[in-house]
Amino acid sequence: MDLHFADAKPTDEERDAVDGYLGPPESGWEGGERTEADLRWARGGHAARDRRDLLLPALHAVNDRIGWISEGALDYVCRRLTIPPAEGYGVATFYAMFSVNPRPARVVHVCTDLACAARGSRALVAALEDRLGPAGAARDGAVWQPSPCLGLCERAPAALVIQAGTAPGSGPSDAGQAEYATAVVAPATAEGVVAAAHAPQAAPAEPQAAEAVPQAGDPGLVLLRRIGIVDPADLDDYRANGGYTALRHAFALGPSGVIREVLDAGLVGRGGAAFPTGRKWEATARQPERTHYLVCNADESEPGTFKDRVLMEGDPYALVEAMTIAGYAVGAHRGFIYLRGEYPRALHRLNHAINQTRARGLLGENVLGQGYAFDIEIRRGAGAYICGEETAIFNSIEGQRGEPRSKPPFPVEKGLFGKPTAVNNVETLVNVLPILERGAAAYAATGTEGSTGTKLFCVSGTVSRPGIYELPFGATLRELMDLAGPPESLRAVLLGGAAGGFVRPDELDIPLTFEGTRAAGTTLGSGVVLALDDSVELPRILLRIAEFFRDESCGQCVPCRVGTVRQEEALHRIADRTGAAAATDIALLREVGQAMRDASICGLGQTAWNAVESAIDRLGAYE
Amino acid sequence: MTTVPKPVPVPVQLGLPRRLVEFALDDEPVRVPEGSTILDACEAVGKDIPTLCYGDTLTPKNACRVCVVEVEGARTLAPACSRKAEPGMTVRTDTERARHSRKIVLELLASSVDLSTTPHVAGWIREYGAEPDRFGPDAATVADRAPKVDNDLYVRDYGKCIMCYKCVDACGDQWQNTFAIAVAGRGFDNTISVEHDAPLTDSACVYCGNCIEVCPTGALSFKTEFDMREAGTWDEDAQTEATTICAYCGVGCNLTLHVQDNEIVKVTSPHDNPVTHGNLCIKGRFGFQHVQNRD
Ligand SMILES: Cc1cc2nc3c(=O)[nH]c(=O)nc-3n(C[C@H](O)[C@H](O)[C@H](O)COP(=O)(O)O)c2cc1C
Ligand code: SF4
Ligand code: SF4
Ligand code: SF4
Ligand code: FES
Ligand code: FES
Repeated sequence: MDLHFADAKPTDEERDAVDGYLGPPESGWEGGERTEADLRWARGGHAARDRRDLLLPALHAVNDRIGWISEGALDYVCRRLTIPPAEGYGVATFYAMFSVNPRPARVVHVCTDLACAARGSRALVAALEDRLGPAGAARDGAVWQPSPCLGLCERAPAALVIQAGTAPGSGPSDAGQAEYATAVVAPATAEGVVAAAHAPQAAPAEPQAAEAVPQAGDPGLVLLRRIGIVDPADLDDYRANGGYTALRHAFALGPSGVIREVLDAGLVGRGGAAFPTGRKWEATARQPERTHYLVCNADESEPGTFKDRVLMEGDPYALVEAMTIAGYAVGAHRGFIYLRGEYPRALHRLNHAINQTRARGLLGENVLGQGYAFDIEIRRGAGAYICGEETAIFNSIEGQRGEPRSKPPFPVEKGLFGKPTAVNNVETLVNVLPILERGAAAYAATGTEGSTGTKLFCVSGTVSRPGIYELPFGATLRELMDLAGPPESLRAVLLGGAAGGFVRPDELDIPLTFEGTRAAGTTLGSGVVLALDDSVELPRILLRIAEFFRDESCGQCVPCRVGTVRQEEALHRIADRTGAAAATDIALLREVGQAMRDASICGLGQTAWNAVESAIDRLGAYE
Repeated sequence: MTTVPKPVPVPVQLGLPRRLVEFALDDEPVRVPEGSTILDACEAVGKDIPTLCYGDTLTPKNACRVCVVEVEGARTLAPACSRKAEPGMTVRTDTERARHSRKIVLELLASSVDLSTTPHVAGWIREYGAEPDRFGPDAATVADRAPKVDNDLYVRDYGKCIMCYKCVDACGDQWQNTFAIAVAGRGFDNTISVEHDAPLTDSACVYCGNCIEVCPTGALSFKTEFDMREAGTWDEDAQTEATTICAYCGVGCNLTLHVQDNEIVKVTSPHDNPVTHGNLCIKGRFGFQHVQNRD
């Protein structure tokens, strides 16, 4: 490949950030000093291009260090990885966490999404406009911007401060640049956000993950049983609490035995699509192609969803063990965790857990001395809900724009790097532990015939005890709401997130199962249960949902790229209207919504009208 | 340059004949070679399906969704241009549902992009009863983007761009391997761009014009065409086309010269040429001025 570069040069700091991640350049072809030897041979073949998947982490390295990605830095990354700069630019401009325009080192992401809106984010934003200036305007070395759901909904309203800088622990740079730091401010007050915006390293520590689990310590818990009980940074503690018994069972059963158990247990995916996990594994394992991959979908960006974060922060070894079992079952030797970019603590905990397990021979060339090689790599997302779609995740890891691929071919045939791949949600994977520890039959004894086991629910909004709840499938929405402390005047519950649907207060007897919600014309989705009392202005909530889909559409297909814009425009027009005055636009919304549902490439466009439709049909919005 | 009457050699069929796949298309049984798409089958039996992002020389990107059809048993509609025919499947091209999505796609595009130079689209808008105006005068649009006129050979008028990805695929690994352009940004704000949104002259572009060849909307056009349209002198009805062989080198690419008032106004290349598939280099594409220097 004959690449063309303009003459923008990286600064020393930028070069240092990139080389810090990629190692020093080997030759002038990669952007190093040009030597005489470089003139005699060319590098640019497959070996050079094979490192394309390092693009996203390399862009993170620059963004983490400098706070934005300059022309010189982007060109240097592209030169190092033999990537056409136009493509590098296309990737860098895809993600909300990156900026190709100069900005301060400290960026404050202030959640204005559903749960936070129900808990005062508007007042917070108004106060921040007063104290930090308008969104997007740099002041005093910081800039704030509104953000989609940060996955901190139990502590709404939430904010996240990210300060670009040198690697933590390495001290300030020669140029006086501070260390990289993040601060979660939740529940956020204007004072707290302003203080963290100026000194994130001095912000008060976050509460333990167990604080997000109101049932913590309850002996009936399965998936959450260790949260608040074990030290998430201590492998021995994990093992003392049942850790790694499931993996031993797995080795005793062999890969097909594990798949058999998962099939018999009736496990279905918890990421939203409710696909039987055993069938996915079987189909992956069966592919004759030798290299298989496992991808753990930890992108968790569906508004109102935070269960995977709590699992990863509170019991990270469980995910590592579960992935090892899944990898063993599907015949993969490499697993990737695609982790949402805005989850600093989960990143930290998982990194620690992976390093510890690797050091103890629980990952690596010979796991538990059983002759099975498996390792896990974390890839950070960079602010794109769409990258949680199971094929967009591959493109994102591969260093392409995070656009969904068309199916067929399905991931089990051609997934990551074109190889057979099993993609599973964090919660789905963690379920494999109780299946193997207790056996399929015991596992399936909980729940209903169509929905076995337990389910995590992300309860937020106007309830008195928001958090993650674990209930056996089949419990009703009412039982869940009673646990969480419903508001006195419940107006509606959003089930399944922005891609889900609203239900009325008189529908609380809906059983929380896949089949029960389906029969009621709604969905469990990712387990979101967002309660809204009657102080909430429904049209504003619907507008926020529409805005979310417009912002997060990858832009690939017309029904979604333009349809989500037209949906938002129509909802704007009728924000203050009802009855006949809204009728034309509602008819328009239905028509556009039908085409989005029928003709969009992926689930984002296909579901972008669901919640709005349910608000109109079930809640009588705009009547 | 000499004019050759029949420039396109018939491709030699190699390998075994492909197996046939039988399925029901609008309640009629059809048989097509294995690997054919639903669109191929529709073409074979003379059914007209609108297409925009489909390109006869490119791998389908199926981004526009104007070609959707109903496949029995499927939750969503399927793009005819890329969905492969499967034995026993039942496909309907003209259902209420499929027509509805096509109509909305046309409305969404026509309300957000300048389609004035997109062939066929006005006819489809009539046929499907699409009313792009119903989104109101304030509907967001990219039609107001200013054309990028930064070189003497061709113009990029992204106010006319429907984001079909064809130019990117032609410039990239499907044909040209230059990778000068890519999709940048996300969602409604996405666009085709060189790095840092720089002028084309600062990019890797080699001016092969292979992106212009595949662009279905006129967003990419010869500078000559762009200028004549601005001046109001562009008149396709008054143009003649002559296909000839490029005289610059020994490859022997076919050139189709579009001539108006005895001047070459643009150059295309036949897509069915088995060697070049419509691709040219800068010399064949733009090096025609010497033919008409009369002084
Ligand atoms: C727009 C979009 C976003 C998604 N985001 C996520 C996500 O963040 N996490 C997740 O596990 N699944 C997500 N999914 C679902 C995945 O495509 C996929 O179904 C899931 O990861 C499969 O895992 P499971 O079978 O274990 O549920 C998303 C789907 C769509 C269409
Ligand atoms: S439906 Fe939306 S998010 Fe999905 S591919 Fe189409 S434009 Fe992208
Ligand atoms: S003219 Fe050729 S090189 Fe330039 S952008 Fe178009 S396809 Fe790419
Ligand atoms: S410029 Fe033309 S070919 Fe390129 S994406 Fe736009 S419409 Fe398609
Ligand atoms: S953190 Fe604000 S809505 Fe989830
Ligand atoms: S022509 Fe088939 S999707 Fe565009």
